[in-house]
Amino acid sequence: MDSVANIILYFVVALCIVIFSVLTVTSRRILRAATYLLFVLIGVSVFYFQLGYQFLGAVQIAVYAGGIMVLFVFAILLTHRPDQKTGLLEQHRRTVGISLSVLSCVLLLLALFFMPLIGGESLSASIAAGNDITMHDIGKAFTGTDRFQYLLPFEAVSILLLSCIIGGVVVARKR
Amino acid sequence: MDLEMLWYLVPSVIMFCAGVFGFITRKNTIALLLSLELMLNAADLNFVVFNRYLFPGSMEGMVFTLFAIAIAAAETAIAIAIIINIYRAVGNSDITSAQKMKF
Repeated sequence: MDSVANIILYFVVALCIVIFSVLTVTSRRILRAATYLLFVLIGVSVFYFQLGYQFLGAVQIAVYAGGIMVLFVFAILLTHRPDQKTGLLEQHRRTVGISLSVLSCVLLLLALFFMPLIGGESLSASIAAGNDITMHDIGKAFTGTDRFQYLLPFEAVSILLLSCIIGGVVVARKR
Repeated sequence: MDLEMLWYLVPSVIMFCAGVFGFITRKNTIALLLSLELMLNAADLNFVVFNRYLFPGSMEGMVFTLFAIAIAAAETAIAIAIIINIYRAVGNSDITSAQKMKF
């Protein structure tokens, strides 16, 4: 049994995510689309907090809302006037896009509702049962080499980020 | 009334399909990138929800999502560098105007 406040929060955030993700892909002003995407990202991070992953929600806000969205806004303002409307593709491409996405949405929702869902534990019970993840566990998982510990991917990501810095500078510099 | 797994999967499905729609129909490369972020976030949310409801004792879904967020940041930075380069070469950032490579 979850608390009423939790359920109300869920409905508000889910409605926000649905509305703003549709607005992101239908708005013709690109700066507004980026702002709507920011609301979607914050809504997803509220879901992470609600599910009991506090560290993940903080990372989502810091990396997505703080880092990637700033990059997006810079790129948009470097390449567009703020009031510029983006062009549309030909009519048949739009028809294909609308029919394909609506069809896949309906199929996925049908599959979800008829799927035999395993795992009957409720959310609050699962969080209350001592399953919440502390920073200590996360640190252990990222710096160990045993089973279910991820030192090698962690280092690989650090090398990826380094190569991404160098690649970004090389690609975008003036010749 | 309980918050069930299905409740979290439905917004995720709608986010993913909105991303597919944007990726097919938009002309602007930055708008394509925004749609890509929507799809990535839907996948991340699914990882976390399945982790919480099906395997509440472990944290593999959360670790996958953390790596996915790091890789998405790297990918976005490189993609924006390429978009700015396309803008310098052809004067706008539409996919229809970037049709020729140098060699």
